[in-house]
Amino acid sequence: MATDVRGLVEGSARDLGDRLAVDVVGLTRRYQDRVILDQVDLQIAGGEFVALLGRSGSGKTTLLKALAGLDYDVSGEGQLRVADSISVVFQDSRLLPWRRVLGNVTLGLRTQAGPGQSSEDRGLLSLAEVGLAGRERAWPTQLSGGEQQRVALARSLVREPQLLLADEPFGALDALTRMKMHVLLRRLCAAHKPAVLLVTHDVDEAIVLADRVIVLDQGKITTEVSVDLPAPRRAADPAFADIRQHLLRSLGIEETHA
Amino acid sequence: MTAQLETRIDVDHLVRRTRSVGMNRAQDRRRAVVDPDNRRRPGRLGLRRRIPYAGAVGPLALLAVWVVGSALHWIDLRSLSAPWTVVATAGELISDGRLQENLATSSWRALTGLALGIVLGVVLALISGLSRLGEALLDGPIQLKRAIPSLALLPLLILWLGIGEPMKVTTITLGVFVPIYLHTHNGLRSIDSRYVELAETVGLRRSEFVRHVVLPGALPGFLMGLRFAVTGAWLALVVVEQINSTSGIGYMMELARTYGQTDIIIVGLVLYGTLGYSSDLLVRLVQRKALSWRQTFAD
Ligand SMILES: Nc1ncnc2c1ncn2[C@@H]1O[C@H](COP(=O)(O)OP(=O)(O)OP(=O)(O)O)[C@@H](O)[C@H]1O
Ligand SMILES: [Mg+2]
Repeated sequence: MATDVRGLVEGSARDLGDRLAVDVVGLTRRYQDRVILDQVDLQIAGGEFVALLGRSGSGKTTLLKALAGLDYDVSGEGQLRVADSISVVFQDSRLLPWRRVLGNVTLGLRTQAGPGQSSEDRGLLSLAEVGLAGRERAWPTQLSGGEQQRVALARSLVREPQLLLADEPFGALDALTRMKMHVLLRRLCAAHKPAVLLVTHDVDEAIVLADRVIVLDQGKITTEVSVDLPAPRRAADPAFADIRQHLLRSLGIEETHA
Repeated sequence: MTAQLETRIDVDHLVRRTRSVGMNRAQDRRRAVVDPDNRRRPGRLGLRRRIPYAGAVGPLALLAVWVVGSALHWIDLRSLSAPWTVVATAGELISDGRLQENLATSSWRALTGLALGIVLGVVLALISGLSRLGEALLDGPIQLKRAIPSLALLPLLILWLGIGEPMKVTTITLGVFVPIYLHTHNGLRSIDSRYVELAETVGLRRSEFVRHVVLPGALPGFLMGLRFAVTGAWLALVVVEQINSTSGIGYMMELARTYGQTDIIIVGLVLYGTLGYSSDLLVRLVQRKALSWRQTFAD
């Protein structure tokens, strides 16, 4: 009972208007009769930053892949409308090792007819934006993990996506680098204004970055919290701590105060 | 005193030690010789620093044994001519032009067969690597061909193509395309599926996917196959040239055999060896250049 949901995506941009980047209704996904996503509804407005939390195996990646159109051979049904231009940032930076940094950023990049800017120029600008100006001729293996992930960010943002899907992009980084990446991502999102769906395990990361945090559990979205804290968001803020406790509880963890 | 001892034992260690202590000019010069790139030495489990001209060390040692063995008459000169006899014979063969002529013929055969085999192998690997139908049709027969030595096909090829150049080039081609196909196909199929996912998310067209992901991803495999192919081409050459041939290095050697001229045979052997070895070196050089993005154990 595999339904080709991608058929529904066609012509989506017009239907979405300029308000919604994601409009999902009753999305179900199963692997061999195991229901992973169960009638999920999710709307993300243009420019909105949504963080998706959930236990390991709760179906976060499955949802993200459905939105990215990467879930081949997966059965399911539902209505799925997403923005036309989507970029994906993976947990691994997924740079092609045989292309130099710039070649990775401009991979498959098409220059629009009109403004006389080559894809190389755009790639260089994008690299400068993530603080890697001058490294465009390096091989990916010559970069640190954090630098590789910044290249992956540049590769995503150079396409000026309406929707940025990120699956634990900072999961493999150390805490300090991760904090720097948070600042960078906030700045880039403020500049480019894509809608973002960020999958993360890190509750603090979700609260620091997102306008809205949702929790996926047993195939359903069980919790939804709007984060309306002024920047810079600090974990010491009592309002921050309240949201965090709420989210942790919905993930099945009681916060213990030592 | 201690410093000198250490120099002999472990120069690298000295370099690191002096760096922290500060260096006088003599040590500085020594360091420039030992460590031109100012790089640290590899880790505990990595290989040690490259030996300069490492590829030449073994063959030169072998040559030395031959020279010494002949000079001291450990080697019977009727079974194996002395190096200087061989050199003199080579000089004669060059001055009367026979060597160049036969070498040119042999090289033409090997290179033509190699070129055709490479094209055939790569095309077949792409067809069978990029389409399920292609794989179903091609992979089985090629695996079968692999199990049949090219030489076993020779009687059939002679019946079909006669004993002229087409038969010789075809035999070489058939020997060459198999390793090219196998390694390229394998390299292609072992490209990480995550790169395929990436190619889809950045919206690569099929042609771009082949150019930016498939071909570079299969390149290490292809170059490995090329090394086998090059060696195989020279090997096949030896065989076809010793059968019904009237030109080429193999013919020259076959003729020498009937007259018991081991010096000419050895000139032929050295030629074959040099050609095979230097073409393998060439492929390895290409490998190092083309795969400079890879950091491997041997680097
Ligand atoms: N290709 C597949 N075939 C069968 N089952 C799968 C497949 N991919 C995922 N699953 C199952 O679907 C469930 C959800 O997987 P998913 O990768 O979406 O989890 P996740 O929330 O991203 O987990 P994590 O936080 O560990 O990345 C898991 O139980 C997993 O075992
Ligand atoms: Mg996941």
